[in-house]
Amino acid sequence: MKRLRIDSTVIVLAILVLVIAIGAILVATVGRSFFSPGNIRDILTGMSVLGLVAIGQTLVILGASLDLSVTYVMSLASLIAATTMNGNPANIPWAVTLTLLVCAGIGLANGLIVTVLKVNGFIATLGVGLILQGVLNTSFQGSAGSVPWAFQLIGATGIGPVPISTLIMIGLAVVVWWLLGRTRTGAHLFAVGGDPEVARLSGVRTKPPLIVAHVLCSVFAGLAGLLLASRLGVGSPTVGQQGGYALLSIAAVVLGGTLLLGGRGSIWGTIGGVAIFAVVDNVMSVMQVNPFLKDVVRGVVIVAAVAVYSRRAIVRRRARFGPGGTRTGGDAAAAAAAPDMVAAAVALEAGAKDTGANDTGATDAAATDAGGEVRS
Amino acid sequence: MRRSLKIATASVALVGLFALAGCTTDPGVEPPEPSGDTSEPAAGNEWFDQDLFDTQYAQREVIPEGPEDEPYLQHINAEFVDTSAYASMGAKKACFANASISNPWRQTGWITMNQQLKVLQDEGVISSMETRDAQDSDDTQIADIDYFIAEGDCDVFIISPNSTAAMTPAVERACDTGKPVIVFDRGVNTDCPVTFIHPIGGFAWGIDTAEFLIDNLEAGDKVVALRILPGVDVLEHRWAAAEKLFDEAGIDAVDYFTGADPAEIKSIITDELAKGDVKGIWMDAGDGAVAALEAFEDAGVDYPVMTGEDEMSFLRKWKDAGFVGLAPVYSNFQWRTPLLAAKMIFAGEQVPSEWVLPQNPINAEELDRYLSENEGMPDGHYAKFGGENLPGYPEVWQQRLIP
Amino acid sequence: MRFLRTLVSPRGAVFLLLVILLAAITILNPNFADPGQLMRFIQRVAPIAIVAIGQYFVIVAGEFDLSQGSLITAQVIIAGNLVGQDDSRTIPVLLLMLVFGAAIGLVNGLITTLLKVPSFIVTLGMMLALLGAVMWWTGGAATGNPADSFRQIGRGGIRDLPLIDFLPWSVLILAAWLAIGIWITKRPLGKVLIAVGDNARAVRYAGARDWWVLTRAFMISSLSATIAGVLLVGYAGVHPSVGRGYEFIAITAVVLGGVVLGGGRGWIVAAVAGAFVLEALFLLLNIAGVPSSLRDAVQGVIIIAAVAYSGVAFRARRRPRAAPHASPDSGKEPDDPAGESARPSASPALVGGVTPAGPATTTARPDQIRGD
Repeated sequence: MKRLRIDSTVIVLAILVLVIAIGAILVATVGRSFFSPGNIRDILTGMSVLGLVAIGQTLVILGASLDLSVTYVMSLASLIAATTMNGNPANIPWAVTLTLLVCAGIGLANGLIVTVLKVNGFIATLGVGLILQGVLNTSFQGSAGSVPWAFQLIGATGIGPVPISTLIMIGLAVVVWWLLGRTRTGAHLFAVGGDPEVARLSGVRTKPPLIVAHVLCSVFAGLAGLLLASRLGVGSPTVGQQGGYALLSIAAVVLGGTLLLGGRGSIWGTIGGVAIFAVVDNVMSVMQVNPFLKDVVRGVVIVAAVAVYSRRAIVRRRARFGPGGTRTGGDAAAAAAAPDMVAAAVALEAGAKDTGANDTGATDAAATDAGGEVRS
Repeated sequence: MRRSLKIATASVALVGLFALAGCTTDPGVEPPEPSGDTSEPAAGNEWFDQDLFDTQYAQREVIPEGPEDEPYLQHINAEFVDTSAYASMGAKKACFANASISNPWRQTGWITMNQQLKVLQDEGVISSMETRDAQDSDDTQIADIDYFIAEGDCDVFIISPNSTAAMTPAVERACDTGKPVIVFDRGVNTDCPVTFIHPIGGFAWGIDTAEFLIDNLEAGDKVVALRILPGVDVLEHRWAAAEKLFDEAGIDAVDYFTGADPAEIKSIITDELAKGDVKGIWMDAGDGAVAALEAFEDAGVDYPVMTGEDEMSFLRKWKDAGFVGLAPVYSNFQWRTPLLAAKMIFAGEQVPSEWVLPQNPINAEELDRYLSENEGMPDGHYAKFGGENLPGYPEVWQQRLIP
Repeated sequence: MRFLRTLVSPRGAVFLLLVILLAAITILNPNFADPGQLMRFIQRVAPIAIVAIGQYFVIVAGEFDLSQGSLITAQVIIAGNLVGQDDSRTIPVLLLMLVFGAAIGLVNGLITTLLKVPSFIVTLGMMLALLGAVMWWTGGAATGNPADSFRQIGRGGIRDLPLIDFLPWSVLILAAWLAIGIWITKRPLGKVLIAVGDNARAVRYAGARDWWVLTRAFMISSLSATIAGVLLVGYAGVHPSVGRGYEFIAITAVVLGGVVLGGGRGWIVAAVAGAFVLEALFLLLNIAGVPSSLRDAVQGVIIIAAVAYSGVAFRARRRPRAAPHASPDSGKEPDDPAGESARPSASPALVGGVTPAGPATTTARPDQIRGD
């Protein structure tokens, strides 16, 4: 029978609507309008950078891995982009290409360490992050490079209150959604994340999807770094660390309903999670909440929002046996037949006692077998 | 499996080696100050700016103009701008884009600024001040300034930038609104604001501290420099100046990054003491000074000559331990000046386009006075906070309730 | 001989690495071998090692505790503010801190087990909320260093001993906590924790109350952070940046010691050895004069290499003894990857490779009969 499937993405969107409603009321108490263009722009701007990182992180977490190196990839990307552009609009295409190539290389390294060396994603990306931090500290001494005005427009302009960066993020989210839902790599990623052993036994090659996920994650972090370079006008070796993007992106992904265990999740849930963070931050800023209390609220919101749907059956599979299961009414027949079965078993036993004790073991086993099955 | 393992391990090792070797041999890359290496070739420190160094060297000697007992209103070598265009009556709304309150120096200044605000509200000069805290993020502060421009209905913008280059476009956008913009603490790469308020600067700090250590030590003595973070220009200037002077005087200076973590500081000092004598300690900020001194105590050696900061923890330890020391300052009272500058601007009075505040270290003779004036203050309080004549002194700073 | 063989085996990899590092340090700086110096080194490592012990119990059960660093900072600031200069308050505040630490662990554990929120998220939220709350309470900066009697715990010790000259209290506390930790691993709690990390569902079906078991692991972790905080008050003093990042150091130390993220196996002494390895590595980089900006890179490479080596070598040793693998592509080991990926609990029943499915349905695996 059909029931309305309320899965985690719907719940996240419901939480988002609730948060917006509460936020609008709170903002109105200080005399501002939540839906004014400046406020909407503030929220959407806050979503863009974290959203790009979180999309990439979703892919990796679907594959049952993690990527903690995104912060350093973002900083490195902003620096490579800004120094290559060097104020000259003609350099923009090459700068963007070079940045994304370097990020893809880092992602490839991450993916290889995780799949070939079989180091856990947490440790592998923590180590790579440290290596990148060393590279950043050695090679750069503070902000560097300069972004030409043509590229700064991406971070600065918008269509009405909607920034271009948000539109780019949504567009990329659609691409990734299509990739996950409609391509073989996406399906294999879900399989590998859900259970690598079963996937391997089913003939799925377990390494390529995860490597692709890590490469895409680093590329998205690079895109986020490019966006930051556009907004700041320079590259900065600390811009990634300033935002705490690694842990926040993981929190947004989990908030969006993707399992840390891998194998289940949705991009739109992640976008919803990022939106929740952005709305909460915006409301707290408008109300001039003490920055220390902001962290308390963020922590509580993260845990509370995830708790809302964690208690439900995490993996909703239909019951296979028992009431509501896939049996086509076999239970009723078995229950009805039980007295006859018992009578038959008793008769067999009586017959066996007469003819010899040979079959006693078998009939006992049969009796308990039948009894056990009926009881379960 | 063995083969792929070997290949993978080899590639990781190669990546590691590449990271190590490739980074240090890249000719286009400026090597950082290697610890233990005192003579840098002509390339020198990327942060060193001879012109700025000379300017600040000279400014240290200048007697500031303005009321003696109100250092937050004094200025050095001021070039005034005319603000009559902004003169108007009535209480004004201020919008403050704060970089953060993530360290005790900023927290102290923030409390002082709010008490100053109360005074101006009572006088009817400022109606209210809306604040957005960027929590140390450039991206957030840019969004904050844009929000103020769009929604804030501000009469004056007060900005304490998180970093110099990145905040420049946003400050320019604020200037474009036609309202007065006041920048303080770190600067930006534009002179569109009405005034830029700051103490003399990082080079002056480096000069004061390095000269003090050089005077009290001999050539060949070892000085351990404890630095908080790389890449922050106010901090890098301090070290750039000090390093140059140490080089010229033949002092053996080694620098470390500590992240202001006292445990890290103690470990570093302990390791250095194990290697040999340490005669002097130089710090680019006062956090963790006590831990450094305790390392000397634990090792059972004499105290070094030390420069810290005007943080109460350092001043108190200095009094207790009695070593030869100096407390440079990054005048915390600069947090009072922006609101007072706003008052002057709306009154049509002239203000300096670059408002250079005095920056006088606390030496041994003045130590007792500052200790008694700040008795009962928490250890994270800064002695030159400049709020003795504000309402709420001393309870507000003692209780340290962040507004 | 067996000892030497264990040393070069994957189980002993971390100890071998520790020996190599200590030897390298001593070569570069002979002073290090001085017993007094050695004691000071252990005093410095003690807080990290104690935190690693706590993190061990959580990781071996397949969870994470990211809140340890913030808890250390909170405890340090509480000590600074409540003790003040009053010596008589030392003992009551110590007790208060221990109770507070246990309470935080209890909250972490209950939210993870009863509300079924992933521990990564719970402890991440706790990390943010705890630090924010403490900073808000104190206005961002602590009052100051507490009275000396409190600080002696982390700073002082027994002096004028015959051979070593100075035995810090920290070393004794570390030894005691490690002994307690080893004792717990031998008790049912320790063994059930490892079982939970391996296969939580099986443990639940076996009748253990896994919510209470996991909660106790979190409480041990929080108590470890509290004790480390007490030691750091003495060693480092009170400052809001004390303790930052300790949870990542602890997780790295535990993983270096051969404990697998996702749980199910690991030795507590190896986790402590991992903490020593990390500190020895920092010390070696310092003494060798490696430029401070490169240290992070070197640290990252060594962490990846060490974990890769121990993981890969472990799998090579664990090749299933029963299944004859004449197939050439035995590059893909048939045994469980569940231990290697970041999956807390609930690994499917295919642990240990494919077992031949027999005709007797009564011996079929439990989760297939009961559904979910």
